[in-house]
Amino acid sequence: MDQSITVENLHKSYGEVQAVRGVSFSVNRGEILGLLGPNGAGKTTTLECLEGLRQPDQGQLAIMGVDPTRDGTHLCDVIGVQLQTSGLPPDMTVTEAMRFICAYHGLAPRTDLLARMGLAEHAAQTYAHLSTGQQRRLALTLAIAHRPPVVILDEPTAGLDVASRTELHQLMQELRNEGTAVLLATHDMAEAEKMTDRVAILLQGQIVASGTPKEITATGSAYTKVSVRSETDSLKARSDALPGVVRTAFDEDYVILWTTDIAATVTAVLAGLQAANDPLVDLRVERPTLEERFLEITHFERNGGTA
Amino acid sequence: MSAFIQHFTFEFKTGLRNSTQLLMHYLFPLGFFALMGVVMTAINPLWADTMIPAIIVFGAMASILLALPATLVEARTAGIFRTYKINGVPAVNILAVPALTDMLHVIVMAAIVVLAAGPLFGGTAPQNWAGLTLVTIVTAAALAGLAALVGVIAQNTGATVLWSQLIFLPSILLGGVMMPLSALPASILPISRLFPATYAMQAFDGLAYGRETLFSPWLAVAVLAVGAVVAFALAVYLFNWDERNNTRRGHPALALLALAPYAITLLFA
Repeated sequence: MDQSITVENLHKSYGEVQAVRGVSFSVNRGEILGLLGPNGAGKTTTLECLEGLRQPDQGQLAIMGVDPTRDGTHLCDVIGVQLQTSGLPPDMTVTEAMRFICAYHGLAPRTDLLARMGLAEHAAQTYAHLSTGQQRRLALTLAIAHRPPVVILDEPTAGLDVASRTELHQLMQELRNEGTAVLLATHDMAEAEKMTDRVAILLQGQIVASGTPKEITATGSAYTKVSVRSETDSLKARSDALPGVVRTAFDEDYVILWTTDIAATVTAVLAGLQAANDPLVDLRVERPTLEERFLEITHFERNGGTA
Repeated sequence: MSAFIQHFTFEFKTGLRNSTQLLMHYLFPLGFFALMGVVMTAINPLWADTMIPAIIVFGAMASILLALPATLVEARTAGIFRTYKINGVPAVNILAVPALTDMLHVIVMAAIVVLAAGPLFGGTAPQNWAGLTLVTIVTAAALAGLAALVGVIAQNTGATVLWSQLIFLPSILLGGVMMPLSALPASILPISRLFPATYAMQAFDGLAYGRETLFSPWLAVAVLAVGAVVAFALAVYLFNWDERNNTRRGHPALALLALAPYAITLLFA
């Protein structure tokens, strides 16, 4: 089965508030899909419907062929979930948590995973005495302890230090390489850009953009940034006349160009420097980030489709 | 079964290492036992006859009725039930395991009381140990059912205190714990029969001590057992995984049905 998660026309309201309005997407085996959106966009509601924690008002959901709204028993076997707001009893030790969760999945405790996640040395510590990062690592460890084919992560790196974040990213990549479908809800655009194969941007309960991070950043009005440094300032005088350039700025020794046509701009820059006998010292090209594109999309949609 | 045992073991240990639970399971009931053993026997020497059942009932109410509902509400609001749900822990286990471990703590506490009451305070030993054990278990079960139900319907820990005290205080005052039922005015007696403590004290009197009772001690045991089953079934039926979940199957007012076994007995027996 290629599609591990399918969501079709999902609707969910809380009273008068329509939290999710006709959301559809799928996640394939061995793929990480990033679900992005500002607070209140409907990310957590969407995930909670998939996790069987909410009953959708309308729509079709399937995880490895299991309907989460009807078959909670089998759902637990096919998904591993790290919830945004979840917890364990404060007096439960790390070892007890592993034993407890594995017992309910009918497995022997995965002590190897505790070691892999850097929790072995905290095995006797209670949940209440773990740091936020350790609690999140434990939640993720428990989520994948039964080797589920689908993993749902809701803001997994929030509050983590750089080392823990890197470790977690590495683990996500390993899961993907092993064929696990990962649905990742995050506010961290850099994380989404780095980790996901595809993203879906949710706003006010609807998906307003989807595709690979490159596809998302390639569209819209965000420009490519070209930073050029040469030995003399020959470029400064004619930077506005370069093809494709829509804006220029000067930052210390660099001329910064925002362009709609990277190839034409860079070719003209190099030719111009050569003609002026001004040796190139540094040239950097930066595509628009997912964050910039995300802000552009959410700003556009919030303003009723006007820029 | 392995999962249930793991769950049970963890919950039982929590009852000992969590300071609040340790207080409610042992320190508070046994402290009360020590205080009453000194004070009440000096004021009313006849209290020594009812010391053991009275302290067991008091201890069971403190250990289960005052402690379990708040534990359940705190776990629900902290998202622990959500974690349990996504890992396949059934709602029945979430309610049954702490109820059963609390019952076990009550049995341990009762054993300490039974062993210490005679040597320390001259408490009267029961004639029928099997009767004492049976009534202790069925009383703890009835209170565990009610406590689980209060924990399920209460929105917050403040509400658990209110609901639990609505059962706890009248039970202490009117249930024969502090004074014998025969000392109550006739007009109050029907009210006392709405509370499990009354049935527990009558069952202890009849089955453990062979004394005369106001109604059949076996009827009292049956009412407590049925009350336990009804209250627990209602708790499972009304169970909610978290605060925002709207999948509760019935109105919380259905919880009042838990009093039906007691009310029916009042009307017909």
